[in-house]
Amino acid sequence: MILVIDEETVNRFKKYIEDILIKSGAIKVLLVDMAGNLVVNVGPEVGLDVHSLAALSAANFGATAEIAGIIGEQDFSLLFHKGKKNSIHLTKIQDLFVLITIFNNRTSLGLMRLKIAHTKEKLFNELNKDGIYQPERKGNSV
Amino acid sequence: MAFINLKEKEILCKIVYYGPARSGKTTNLEYIHNSLQDRIKSKMVTINTKGDRTLFFDFLPLDLGKVFGLSIRLQIYTVPGQVIYNATRKLVLKGVDGVLFVADSLRGRRLANKESLEDLAKNLDDYGLSLYKIPLVLQYNKRDLANEDLPLLTVESLEKDLNNKLQVPFFLASALYGDGVFEALRTIAKISIKHISGKIFQEGIIKEKIYANGK
Repeated sequence: MILVIDEETVNRFKKYIEDILIKSGAIKVLLVDMAGNLVVNVGPEVGLDVHSLAALSAANFGATAEIAGIIGEQDFSLLFHKGKKNSIHLTKIQDLFVLITIFNNRTSLGLMRLKIAHTKEKLFNELNKDGIYQPERKGNSV
Repeated sequence: MAFINLKEKEILCKIVYYGPARSGKTTNLEYIHNSLQDRIKSKMVTINTKGDRTLFFDFLPLDLGKVFGLSIRLQIYTVPGQVIYNATRKLVLKGVDGVLFVADSLRGRRLANKESLEDLAKNLDDYGLSLYKIPLVLQYNKRDLANEDLPLLTVESLEKDLNNKLQVPFFLASALYGDGVFEALRTIAKISIKHISGKIFQEGIIKEKIYANGK
């Protein structure tokens, strides 16, 4: 399967993420596809290996979907890992992308979850527009 | 799943090194990583068991020049070869664009090679992909062991077992010393990119978009 995303759509993705998540205290936000490819990288350069983070996060989601299957769930729609200083929140958008949000202990989890849900809704709506193509699918748009 | 980002002007392409346990998949990636340390910005990610066997995957991103004005970024993965880890092998194959199958040339591993190729076919099939259609290259690894008088499968025997129906490019290799490592990688990258390009240019609208954005 091939996924093509145009420049305007990437710009809109970045703007939503900046306006909602970065302004609310997220340090870094990545949007990756389920194969582990990095789609969007927003936030200051803080020396993170973003490509490894993208690959590991997609794999993490895949692995936990298997765990979900074992306990009778289809999958888990979000994952959260809490660290001493930094935490990471992962949430699935349709079956195509994972939104990865990294924030530190000065930002509350409740606020982040609220803002992530808002961003997810915005990105979800974008996925139904024409800026993303899957050549092998009828009608092109997702 | 190849991903084409027209803002960043890049094609992301996922290559998976598949094959039986201890055939040298991780050794291939280690050789590539060590040889290209100056050019690779990311470190190689490995998720190993305590005994240093691959538990989930190894991962190495690699930039590879340009096509149609778009940068090519390869995302190279290995799978765990041990039979019991089929669930993780299948997960790593999700979104794969090209497979490099690393076969073990040791005579005692003949059956393991055949079973691993069958396992690959089945796992691809579960994603709606065919072993006969996906970009695929075979690498017959550990040829250096002939110098140590260890019994190796002949190339004819490996070809008959693994490539008789497939008829895909194959390479003799010694991942430990680097022989055949880059030749096989270059070939699978080339075939995979050609495959992706063929698909995206079947669609006129996408062609226009890529030209409009990619130049």
